Amino acid sequence: MDGLLQEYLPIIILLGLAIGLGVILLLAAFVLAVRSPDAEKVSAYECGFAAFDDARMKFDVRFYLVAILFIIFDLEIAFLFPWAVAFKDISFLGFWSMMAFLTVLTVGFAYEWKKGALEWQ
Amino acid sequence: MNGSSYNIFNSSNYFGWSETQGVLEVIQILLPEIVLAVFSMIVLLGAVYSRKNKTTSIVFWGTATTFLLVSIFIIFRGAAVYTAFGGAFIDDLFSRYLKVLILLSAAIILMLSQDFLKRNNLFKFEYPILMTLSVVGMMMMVSAGDLMSLYMGLELQSLSLYVLASFSRDSVRSTEAGLKYFVLGALSSGMLLYGSSLIYGYSGSTVFSEIFITASANEKSLGFVFGLVFITIGMAFKVSAVPFHMWTPDVYEGAPTPVTAFLATAPKVAAMGLFARVVHDAFGGAFNDWSQILILLSVLSMLFGSIAAIGQKDIKRLMAYSSISHMGFALMGLTSGGLEGVQSMLIYMAIYVMMNIGTFAFIISMEVDGKPVSEINSLQMYSKTNPGRSMALLILMFSLAGIPPLLGFFGKFYVLKAAITSELYLLATAGVIASVIGAFYYLRIIYYIYFGENPRALDQTHSLFNQTVLVISALAMVLGVVNLFGLEFVSEIAANALVN
Repeated sequence: MDGLLQEYLPIIILLGLAIGLGVILLLAAFVLAVRSPDAEKVSAYECGFAAFDDARMKFDVRFYLVAILFIIFDLEIAFLFPWAVAFKDISFLGFWSMMAFLTVLTVGFAYEWKKGALEWQ
Repeated sequence: MNGSSYNIFNSSNYFGWSETQGVLEVIQILLPEIVLAVFSMIVLLGAVYSRKNKTTSIVFWGTATTFLLVSIFIIFRGAAVYTAFGGAFIDDLFSRYLKVLILLSAAIILMLSQDFLKRNNLFKFEYPILMTLSVVGMMMMVSAGDLMSLYMGLELQSLSLYVLASFSRDSVRSTEAGLKYFVLGALSSGMLLYGSSLIYGYSGSTVFSEIFITASANEKSLGFVFGLVFITIGMAFKVSAVPFHMWTPDVYEGAPTPVTAFLATAPKVAAMGLFARVVHDAFGGAFNDWSQILILLSVLSMLFGSIAAIGQKDIKRLMAYSSISHMGFALMGLTSGGLEGVQSMLIYMAIYVMMNIGTFAFIISMEVDGKPVSEINSLQMYSKTNPGRSMALLILMFSLAGIPPLLGFFGKFYVLKAAITSELYLLATAGVIASVIGAFYYLRIIYYIYFGENPRALDQTHSLFNQTVLVISALAMVLGVVNLFGLEFVSEIAANALVN
């Protein structure tokens, strides 16, 4: 158990360094920076004009659909990479397992295509 | 990397593919699940690429028939025990009992839904497909022999149910129900996963039989117990045991009524089966640890479910609290442990499903001027216009309340007997008290039907199938007392498969 944990020591050190460095940089901005805020400085800035409207605005809900569809294929890629790297060792079974997975995915894709999820109009 | 680290891809046994178990054999073992999964995909493509309006009806009937055929296939599998994927999938009598229950209730609910969906403009072919996928998930759940297959089944079931709950997507309440269900379901999955990671960390394996060895040790580490508690919480969410019940009333009320009927039956059976499988196969050696938690969950569910239902005005909400209370009773059986405990839980779940299907066959058909209603008030003086249906409902309500000599009484009787045998006297007393309190709100419905005041006319548009199911279910409550339809024997061999 101890031997196993020691193998992970570099990761702990890396994590510690990363967190420590981040905290130090953030704190440095608080401690060292010269600040003299006034009303003009802290107000919203838009190319020298006063802000025209609220920064929040409505999005077409279809962006959401596209994003969701993208996620599915993004995850597919995340699956394909380790599969491709380990391809030598996983035999035909591994190959056909991935093919089955891709088939299932294609069924879903064909469905959403036919349903018109990919059309903007 | 040093030489001692190993490559999991080289250890061929890891996935359970060894010389003794080929791909074909595994396919044979998983045949019911594979058939349903492939069926759902073929139907999805077939229905979306055909333009005829008739297809939806064909898909509904086809799906129900497939459920029936698969359940018959499972019944004829006999008593042999098969395992696949290195123990991650177990097909024994216990899982077969639950699978048949799940498939049959899903088939009946699917047929009950048709009429409602048609009249509310929800008659789409996606409905049976989502139902099929969630049934596949449930079948995986009750066959799970590994934390990974457990999670996979649970998620497949839940994700389909989230979509089903918001199936009426133009209705604010239905979408809200779906979202609420999703958020709380995701929370419970998170807890389950956290527990699983702790269990894996402390036992070194995700397979139940390996976890069992760690759980049987005299000295259990704190982390392991934490993992056990988190997994229990995750599953308590799925069976909606108090204090993890808060999603139930809202989801039941908001979801379209046929979906509510589905939520109240098959998923509950699957979740209870999974619960029993995990506490016996994986944590059987830690009986004292989990039985404490289950006793608490059981007492709280029974009492809270009975008391909170009293003030309800909506019959779907009332059925939600009723199901919480019933889950408390089923958990009491499970808590009692041993063969008798599991057997009583199995009997209870089967009777619970029968009663709920009958009651929901009526609730699905409740309409005023063509709009679905669910206020209990609309049942006032229903007996005047419909003595037959009122009688059937009366029997079902008495049975839900557990009044002898109806079938519902025997469910409670077996559970209480198991609790007494295990010397859980306080738990049994709490159960009896809860069922007396619970009797009040069931009787209130009967009071409205027979002695209410302002008669409100419910539509007479009950479809023939819904009426038949209502009557058959009510008859079953009466006739079942002869021999419980052989449930006692079947559930005993099923429980035997799990406990030994």
